[in-house]
Order: sequence, then C-alpha cells, then structure tokens
Amino acid sequence: MGRLSVSLCGVELDNPVIPASGTFGYGYEFAELYDINLLGTFSFKGTTRDPRFGNPTPRIADCTAGMLNSVGLQNPGVDRVVDTELPKLAKCFHKPVMANVSGFSVEDYAYTCAKLDREPQVGWLEVNISCPNVHGGGMSFGTDPSQAASVVRTVKAVTTKPVLIKLTPNVTDVVSVAKACEDAGADGISLINTLLGMRIDLKTRKPILANTMGGFSGPAVFPVALRMVYQTAHAVRIPVVGMGGVSCAEDVLEMLMAGATAVEVGAANLVDPWACKKIIEALPAVMDRYGIGSLSELRRNN
Amino acid sequence: MNDVAFKILSQRKLTQNVYELKLRGDCAAITRPGQFVNLRLDGLYLRRPISVCDLEGETLTLIYKRVGKGTAQLSDMQPGQTVPVLTGLGNGYDTARSGSHPLLIGGGVGVPPLYLLAKRLRAERKEVSVILGFNTASELFYEQQFRDLGCALRVTTVDGSYGVKGFVTDALPEDYTHVYTCGPEPMLRAVYRKIRTGGSFSFEKRMGCGFGACMGCSCKTITGYKRICKEGPVLQKEEILWED
Repeated sequence: MGRLSVSLCGVELDNPVIPASGTFGYGYEFAELYDINLLGTFSFKGTTRDPRFGNPTPRIADCTAGMLNSVGLQNPGVDRVVDTELPKLAKCFHKPVMANVSGFSVEDYAYTCAKLDREPQVGWLEVNISCPNVHGGGMSFGTDPSQAASVVRTVKAVTTKPVLIKLTPNVTDVVSVAKACEDAGADGISLINTLLGMRIDLKTRKPILANTMGGFSGPAVFPVALRMVYQTAHAVRIPVVGMGGVSCAEDVLEMLMAGATAVEVGAANLVDPWACKKIIEALPAVMDRYGIGSLSELRRNN
Repeated sequence: MNDVAFKILSQRKLTQNVYELKLRGDCAAITRPGQFVNLRLDGLYLRRPISVCDLEGETLTLIYKRVGKGTAQLSDMQPGQTVPVLTGLGNGYDTARSGSHPLLIGGGVGVPPLYLLAKRLRAERKEVSVILGFNTASELFYEQQFRDLGCALRVTTVDGSYGVKGFVTDALPEDYTHVYTCGPEPMLRAVYRKIRTGGSFSFEKRMGCGFGACMGCSCKTITGYKRICKEGPVLQKEEILWED
C-alpha cells in the first residue's frame, strides 16, 4: 500500500482522487493533456440506454464560486459507449474505470448496467439516481428511499461488480436514502450530486438556463457536501465517495476526515483541465504539513 | 491546448464599449484563425472565451465587447498584469476551403476572428473581399486594418450613418468562391439564406469548460451532435441545422 492508496469496495486505488462524471467525458480527451493513469480512477460520462442530446441551450451559467449546468445527460447511449468509447479509453487508461449510469425507469437501469457489467475495464458501477436535470427519471429515484432501494435491488441482480449509488443533496434527509440503499445491497454511496439552483439574466429578466433550473456545483457547495458526506459516512457501514466543490488537496483531506473513502472532483476539471493531476501531486506535501503519514490513517473508525 | 500566463501589453478602447487587448505569451497552440482562447479572471468561476483577432509571434490580439461582469473586469485590467489563458481552442477556419477569391462577412464583435483569417488568406495570395456590418458609424472598428491587408472592403450600417445603408446581405458582391462569416445569429441565418457558395460559419454559445469536457455548448447538426467549443465554433454550411 502506497502512502496515498485507498481501497474502494475491495479494489485498490493508487490515490483517492477520481474525476467526477460529466466533467471528464470518456477520459481519452484528457489523456492528450496528461497521463490519466496517475488518477485513482475516473467516473465516465453518465450513460443511458438510448443516445441523448440533453436539454436545450443555454445550459451553463456562471455563479459566484461555482456554476450551474442543465446539460441533461447528453451521451451516445450504452451501445456506442461499449463499441466506441471504451475501446478508445482502453488505449490510454489501464486501470478499472467507474461506469456512471443513469435511467428513466428501473428497466433502463437494469439494461444499461447489464451491458456495462460485461465490460472488463469497468471496475465499479456508479448508479446516478440524482440527476436534477431530467424529468421523471434521475432524481425522483433518489428522493424516495423505497424507490432508491428498488433501483439498487434491480441493478445488483444484473451485475457482480461493486455498485455505488450516487445520491442527490436535494432531499430533507439524505441519510434515510443512503440507509435504504445500504439495506437493499448497495456496495457504496457517492454524494453529492449538484444542488438545484437558478440564475436570472437582468437584461432579459428571464432565467439564463433554457431549462430554467440546473445543478449548482463548484467550491461554493463544498461545506454542504462535506456535511452530507459526514452524516452519511457516520450512518452507513459501506464506503462513501465524497464529492461536491472539491478543488484542492486540502479539500480531499477534509472529505476523507469526514469519513469518505475516496473523493470525486467535478467542476474543478472544467476551469482547470489539469486540476486532478495538480491535486494528486500536491497531496504528499499537504499531508506532511498536517502530520498525516498515510491516507489509510484517516479511515473512519465507526 | 496550452495553459499559458499571458502578460498584458496594452489595452485600448476601439469604440464606446469595444476593447482591443494585446497580450504576450506562448501562442504555439493556436494553429488556425477562428480559434478562441479562454481567460481566467480573478474571482470569477468560469473562464471567459474570446476569439483570436490577431497573432504575431508571441503577441496575441483580442477584441471584445464589454457586456457583463467578466468583460467589465477585463476592461479594467492594466498593462503588466497577467492573465491565465487556455489557448488553441476550437477548430477555427480552414483556409484551404477559400478558393481564389473568398468573401469574409463580419457583424459587430463577430468581426475580430476574420482579421487573422484575412491576413492568412492574403499571405496565401488570395483576393479577399470583406463586408463589415455595424448598427451605426460609432460602432465601426478595424476598417483601416482590413484595408491595410489589401482587402476589398465594404462597410454597412443599419442606420446608414456610414457606408452602405442596410445589412451585410445588402452588400454582397457578384462573385466569390467561399464565404467565411462570424456575427450574431440572425446575421448568420441571413447570410446562410443568401449566399450561393459553400460557407464556414462561426457560432457563439454559452460555454462551460471551452475544451469539450462538459457538453454545455452542444448543438445539433446534420452530421450529428457537435460541441461548439471543440468541433466548432466553425460549422460548414452543409451541416448547419437551425434550431426552431
């Protein structure tokens, strides 16, 4: 075990830093910028059964210390991901990848997860039941403990790979949803997805986003995310992957101290494409500053 | 794509709210006219994309209109200050499509990327015609710069206060081999309807990252979904699908 290594659902990561879904494509484009094998892993673009364009544009808005997006799960569909995107990735990434999956029905989740289960490079399934930008699907599964549990049971039945459930912060009690997922057999929890937000253009007096509302992410959400990671990690026994506004090595350590096993980095990749590389490279010196010998020391004792 | 700290050499007002910014830094990643750069400004989260107007060795010229918080902040920056910039973004214009006598059509702050294009086309000894459209005479900029390149230039103003009264499409010449254009979308649509040759159209959209990661600026085309920041901003006439 290296100084930075952590274990996520039985799979060892060289470090806990994971680019979050939707900010890293299918990886190979970032491989033109740096060797992405230095990452712990990454979570690829949210993939659905059928190809999707997503929502109308504009679907991005700048905010103080963050951004809104209402992309709405644009992706080429699972068949093309398997046939085209993953073979391209395999040429430049030699570690297990986290497959992010979204759906509009329990059957959708089962179909997409079953296809990705057959891919040898997929190390984990991260099942998104929390997209704030699509109607009917996504978030509605993540806001109701019993619906969340039904997605978990369905997905677990079609895969032998570890299943992480990605949760929304747009609920009154995230812990009850996390516990329902754990009880239904989830192998891990990742949180938080984006916070539902909006901006208005003063000149037009209308919402900036064509979809009116969108998901808020970036450094501004970090304290909210950290709180929810802390609450969840102290309430479940399965590993928790923390995310939300993580922008530097210090944020990674806070997430781990709150009880996260690994950490995803999202919006930061969009303003600095080298953000994850810089965070990983900065970790040893920041750990030295706080007297942390290895990240395994920070593993929660509950 | 490179991440480069540029130093501001100069900044001047071209019109009441349009600025010309000259920066010094490594421009090696900028390979074509019509590409853009993405500026990181203190205290603002997302970068601000601005098209490349001119490039000479390590000197980069950007022209932008002060419209919001980001461009207002940029307009207050002084020579000597540094700006982190992602360079070499987008596909840019392909001069190989020009034919012997291309036509360049720019509207308002869509004019700047056509300057480097005109310069490159003139270096390739092409006969370059240019139409620059503005609302009114006081908004006009870079007329002399285009003339100095040896372009045949027509200026239009909507109110007729300078040049031809009307829109850019009221000043189309008889004969041209390809059209390169950049400007507000209504102008692009009018140009699309009126021209009789192939055309390279540069589009503007709100972007997240500017380098293809977030899918924020996607659009539908005849040849599939494209990211304006990556497979664009320049689309060919044959592939454009106008929304609504």
